Amino acid sequence: MLLIPCPWCGPRNQVEFTYGGDATVKRPSPDASVEAWFEFVYLRDNPRGPHQELWLHDAGCRQWFKVLRDTRTHDILASVRADEALPGATA
Amino acid sequence: MKYSIFSLARNALSWHEHWPLAWRSPAPKARYDAIIIGGGGHGLATAYYLAKEHALSNIAVLEKGWLGGGNTGRNTTIVRSNYHIDPNAHFYEFSLKLWEELSQELNFNVMYSARGVLILVHSPADMDSAIRRGNAMRLNGIDAKLLTREEIARWIPNLDCSAEARFPIHGGLLQRRGGTVRHDAVAWGYARAADARGVDIIQQCEVTGIRVDRGAIQGVETTLGFIATTKLGIAVAGHSGHVAAMAGLRLPIESHVLQAMVSEPVKPVLDTVVASGAVHFYISQSDKGELVMGGDLDFYNSYAQRGNLPAVERVVSACLALFPSFGRLKLMRTWGGIMDMTMDGSPIIAKLPVKGLYMSGGWCYGGFKATPASGWLHAYTIARDEAHPLNAAFTLERFAEGRMIDEKGAGPYAWEH
Repeated sequence: MLLIPCPWCGPRNQVEFTYGGDATVKRPSPDASVEAWFEFVYLRDNPRGPHQELWLHDAGCRQWFKVLRDTRTHDILASVRADEALPGATA
Repeated sequence: MKYSIFSLARNALSWHEHWPLAWRSPAPKARYDAIIIGGGGHGLATAYYLAKEHALSNIAVLEKGWLGGGNTGRNTTIVRSNYHIDPNAHFYEFSLKLWEELSQELNFNVMYSARGVLILVHSPADMDSAIRRGNAMRLNGIDAKLLTREEIARWIPNLDCSAEARFPIHGGLLQRRGGTVRHDAVAWGYARAADARGVDIIQQCEVTGIRVDRGAIQGVETTLGFIATTKLGIAVAGHSGHVAAMAGLRLPIESHVLQAMVSEPVKPVLDTVVASGAVHFYISQSDKGELVMGGDLDFYNSYAQRGNLPAVERVVSACLALFPSFGRLKLMRTWGGIMDMTMDGSPIIAKLPVKGLYMSGGWCYGGFKATPASGWLHAYTIARDEAHPLNAAFTLERFAEGRMIDEKGAGPYAWEH
């Protein structure tokens, strides 16, 4: 069972959340190149280790937020609001 | 040594103490003509067909753990070809035809059991979809049969076909030639047959880097040192992105954990494979008597090879809704395997944009049943440096070109397929 620390509500059971995927992909501007759009839609770093990801607390406060989670162990290392940067993250 | 009733009888006389090893464990050579990364069913099959169909003699398979210790030993052993979209239908039907002959081909009993795969239909709209899929299969030369609720109720008495069922059963789509195969035997059978053709199978040898010079493969760095080659095949589904990154590639793939589980063994209660697309659940009974079942992903990126209880609960509640009597059984084991989830739900068996680099991966939930065809086509693509018509659609470039093979129509969300 993942105990996910929602920045708004505190630690809650994973069944209250929906996964939103890689938090580092950024939507390109509408006039960006086809290659930039291809990368945004399809390519992922898929790291084996700490992964920045989005979660939605849809059975709680209904806020999107960011989580830093190790994909080898499922350990949750940090969580922050969607408009904040995760510790150590450049994006 | 050829396995037969005579070799069995001969070895019985010496208390089975003198069977030769099924494959060697050689030290790696300095150079190979082709190296396959990954000693699961797909990698071993690739090496076997490279040696058999393409007369390559100097081949190695590198495995970081032990043979078949990854997804080959973690799946629910189901084989079928009941696909709708043409490239998938042709590919999986080719695979099913190889399964039908595989025990003879390898001189190793892989226990292919054509017990049928029944996809349940839960609503009139679901029935329309099943009819369409069945027709598409038959147009592609694949066997498909629609069953009514009454036919299913007679055949599978412990399935809740009543009108009060949580997921009412309207009928089903049966592929009679589908069924199960003993998964470990597939790895062992291919390993033994590949070894007999001179393939070096090197276990406990993890690839830690891929050496590329001027856009061409030079070899691999491993925990046993550098090994040179000009043709490198990646067959490590679950970790394809991780290994491809060693050659500087990003893939349209995310790694996710998928769990499976077995009940305690009981006497025969279920003589086919039952699956439900609407509930997303599949179940069969192993020859040992365990009920083998699975369902959805855990739905977050993972390389952990274990999942969490909410996914187990979803599978078990689906099981009990369909088969109420199985509620008396204890769940004995659960485990997880790591899936390459592609952005369209279909695999990649292709040349990669580095000269001499190939991959067979991106299997999503469907890797086990693909094993023989994956190996056959991966070998063809490596040997000839071009795709066969059967894997011509499964390129890496299809995502950029907009040629998705999206069986489910779910769009570019890896975990939705």
